[in-house]
Amino acid sequence: MSSPEVLPDSEAKRWKYLNNVRTRPGAFVDPEEFDGSTVVENMNKIKILVIGAGGLGCEILKNLALSGFKDISVIDMDTIDISNLNRQFLFRHADVGKFKAEVAAKFVERRVKGVKITPYNCKIQDFDEDFYQQFQIVVCGLDSIEARRWINATLVNMASCENPDSMKPLIDGGTEGFKGQARVILPTMGSCIECQLDMHAPRAAVPLCTLASIPRQPEHCIEWAHVIAWDKEKPFPQLDKDDPEHITWLYQKALERAKEFNISGVTYSLTQGVVKNIIPAIAATNSVIAAACCNEALKIASSCAPFLGTPGEGEPNYMMYSGNDSIYTYTFKHEQKEDCPVCGMTARVLKVNPKWTLEELIESFATLPEAQLKKPSVRAEGKTLYMQLPPNLEEQTRPNLEKTLEQLGLTEGTELAVTDPAFVGVVFNFSLKFA
Amino acid sequence: MLKIWSMKKEQQKAENAAGAESGGKKKKVTAAQLRVQKDLSELSLGSTMKTEFPDPDDILNFILYIEPDEGMYKGGKFSFTFNITPNFPHEPPKVQCREKIYHPNIDLEGKVCLNILREDWKPVLNLNAVIVGLQFLFLEPNASDPLNKEAAEDLRSNREGFKRNVRTAMSGGTVKGQTYERVVQ
Repeated sequence: MSSPEVLPDSEAKRWKYLNNVRTRPGAFVDPEEFDGSTVVENMNKIKILVIGAGGLGCEILKNLALSGFKDISVIDMDTIDISNLNRQFLFRHADVGKFKAEVAAKFVERRVKGVKITPYNCKIQDFDEDFYQQFQIVVCGLDSIEARRWINATLVNMASCENPDSMKPLIDGGTEGFKGQARVILPTMGSCIECQLDMHAPRAAVPLCTLASIPRQPEHCIEWAHVIAWDKEKPFPQLDKDDPEHITWLYQKALERAKEFNISGVTYSLTQGVVKNIIPAIAATNSVIAAACCNEALKIASSCAPFLGTPGEGEPNYMMYSGNDSIYTYTFKHEQKEDCPVCGMTARVLKVNPKWTLEELIESFATLPEAQLKKPSVRAEGKTLYMQLPPNLEEQTRPNLEKTLEQLGLTEGTELAVTDPAFVGVVFNFSLKFA
Repeated sequence: MLKIWSMKKEQQKAENAAGAESGGKKKKVTAAQLRVQKDLSELSLGSTMKTEFPDPDDILNFILYIEPDEGMYKGGKFSFTFNITPNFPHEPPKVQCREKIYHPNIDLEGKVCLNILREDWKPVLNLNAVIVGLQFLFLEPNASDPLNKEAAEDLRSNREGFKRNVRTAMSGGTVKGQTYERVVQ
């Protein structure tokens, strides 16, 4: 089924009210500082990236296109499943099996003239900093904490003092059932996703022994099939949660076990839900959260009103929404963590001679006024240089002490993480500069 | 947009004054690796435990050896693989016993029933907590959290018999039709 073309009688009419809002200073904007005449032209040039083209992503793409963004890119590795169609309104039955990013991009391009949407059917990890450098704003509609942490670390790492263009505001939306949140991260200028990690409740798990010996609920039987029976019997080399054959195998196993313990309620769709950790998605929650995110994008891009995450004392950066019991929202400031492993520790520049041995480098830590480390352990990304503990790792890394920094493959800009038992819980961060 | 850039410029001035300037392309240690480094440098293994890193550059994967010096499992040598995902410490490390052993809380595939490895994991816990937990399992096997139901039943109903079974299993013998791996020197 193809959607009918809906065209406004004139383009000017379509954008009239949006332009009224974005080209005039809002109530909290200094009219002297705001120049409405350049807003449209500036926003036409902004490249904005949307990560995720699922429940939130569909809403975000539609909202951004209707908010006057003209150059949008979207990344999603997933293909369309029939169960997405109730809320992911850019997809039709005939699209099942196609890439979400591609179908969503085409749909919105067709409906909103003048918008260019570039789809990428892949993982965010497939791209490096050079790719992300081309965008001015990033909006996330993700369902995974791991992906959020990755893009957050990447954007924070890119933010460089020398180049203000490297600072990409990250707008993150998330929903779970009737609850959701919208937040704005200005990398290095405030609290980041890693600082806010404790805002995500860990997934509730059932003790392994309950699964193994006294299952009481259908979910226990499914988890048993998933974590115990699968490993024992290995019917396929690797569990693919999207492969119906694999889910069917788990479903049959769970059903047998449920029968044994007289438990009812194991179904194919429950099996899929438990294994993939699917939380029922509410279309309305997605649209509320996506709307909040896109309002922030519009405000950041146009400066027509103050945005969430504005740096400054007491300025909020986090909006939580709960529809569980009536409607409740609370907007507050999540503080930046001083010891945040991603944004908290600006690396100190350490001038070193590439001909130094690692031992000489380590000895130099003892005389650094800000550190004075007696027993430091040192690592770089993916490279263990020298660890004081545990004893076996000390032994394995001891030969490195005699090698020079060059020989160890350390280059300018490499960041060293240094820990010391005298400073429990503290990591010193140094960025190498060759002298 | 312009407003953020000017605010960033203000901030960078302050930082440059503090001596933070970067040279070249930054290569930062990831959050999970950083946390594991912290945990490892605060590890207290004592005399009964030892680690082994097949690749010392990959600190997210290692093996822990435990040789209990008291309790029913005294004299045995047990090893556990630790697999830490990039989502650590949001997710607990994945820990598995490499030997087939007779233990109420460890199944024949090596899965371990330890609350902090699953339902009670919290990001504030560290590798030391997990290691202490594993050590405790050998000192106080627990019949109320059974993964190996027969072993748990033996421990509950006949403690002396259970002790004998542990000795048999540890020396590579057969208990109730299951042959176990020899873990004594």
